[in-house]
Amino acid sequence: MGDPAGYAPRSITMIGSVAPLEKPDASRAARPYTLLAGILVPRQERQPVTGELTQLQGPDTDWSAMVIRIRDHQDQAAFAALFRHFAPRVKGFLMKSGASAALAEECAQDVMATLWQKSHLFDPTRASVATWIFTIARNRRIDALRKSRRPEPEDLPWGPQAEPDQLDALELAQETEKLGAALALLPDRQRVLIEKAYFGDLSHSEIAAETGLPLGTIKSRIRLALDRLRHKMS
Amino acid sequence: MTIRHHISDPLLMAYSAGHLPEAFSLVLAAHLSLCDDCRARMGAFDAIGGAMVADASVVAMDDSSLEATLARIRAAPASSAPARRQGIFPGPLVDYVGGDLAAVKWRGLGMGVKQAILPTDSNATARLLFIPAGQNVPDHGHRGTELTLVLQGAFQDKTDRFGPGDLEIADEDLNHQPVAEAGKDCICLAATDAPLRFNSLLVRMMQPLFRI
Repeated sequence: MGDPAGYAPRSITMIGSVAPLEKPDASRAARPYTLLAGILVPRQERQPVTGELTQLQGPDTDWSAMVIRIRDHQDQAAFAALFRHFAPRVKGFLMKSGASAALAEECAQDVMATLWQKSHLFDPTRASVATWIFTIARNRRIDALRKSRRPEPEDLPWGPQAEPDQLDALELAQETEKLGAALALLPDRQRVLIEKAYFGDLSHSEIAAETGLPLGTIKSRIRLALDRLRHKMS
Repeated sequence: MTIRHHISDPLLMAYSAGHLPEAFSLVLAAHLSLCDDCRARMGAFDAIGGAMVADASVVAMDDSSLEATLARIRAAPASSAPARRQGIFPGPLVDYVGGDLAAVKWRGLGMGVKQAILPTDSNATARLLFIPAGQNVPDHGHRGTELTLVLQGAFQDKTDRFGPGDLEIADEDLNHQPVAEAGKDCICLAATDAPLRFNSLLVRMMQPLFRI
């Protein structure tokens, strides 16, 4: 690993010149669930970006590729870009879940550090980067706010592939985008209920209205990726 | 293993959201380790969580945050690998038992039935149950939710037959008397968030003793 102190100030300067990406954005807040991973930013929110930054962080950023660059090359530039985009969202997510600003800051740093440390476990054919970060943030939240644990399923025996299937990854990203768009179109009552379920006000027995969630295609897509991996490894 | 009884959508959503008692999460994690269908469905619920993060209100990180995080990464110890399946125990269960079936510290409940309570948070109780082949479990109802995952053998109650990998979800509406099938002894992982409602006075008197 190189010297991060040498890298970081440069990246901060770079982002400062272009980028309202991390500032609260009222128009975005009014349109929930449309922003999924970098590639899914709605067109009207495209930022004019130039030069090197285009490669690192833009509306069509391939966040999955960046995680893989961390995995393969301990790429701090890729990490900095992921951090700038996701850490403030993780912090917001944790504060909405009831964490204080100080605890959310602390946990968001942990979550991003875990992203680096577990980058070898990331599988873009089964989850988008936002989804994967959610799972890390959720577990950190259970640990920090509930002082409890959430046992995880066994890792798949074959693990993620060194070279993820591009088509599977692309299709998963598209399904994730469709899911995000469909969530945004849900009637308010149902969307509020889902938010309550994810931010902590509902028990499993109170969750009933999830029927009608558009999960069919994404579920099939993930199942297909699992089947293909199993087939390749057997 | 042909699994016929799966995790319900509300339970899977609560597991994905991270709001279940630890004991319930343990049973579901064990089922998910065996069941690709539920694993794919869980991935879909996780994607909803991903949408929540992607659309979360942005709260600025502290100025030195990125450098502090890189320092954490440099300082962090290598993470330990999660446990793998051992015999009939899926990985998450191996973690809680501290080994395979031979490592279980059983406690007799009478009639050859044995249990071992596993260490979880106090919002629900997880236990391994051993029911000799052909043996009945005393008939009972439920005050809350009871999740039962079959690891070996099979049992039947008035709702259906449950074999290895099957998950029974019982709630207040179900009064049942599970019977272990002849053949293999039945071993299950079960979790309850409220004491069971036994119909026999004798069993009720024993309840506090056995925490069942």
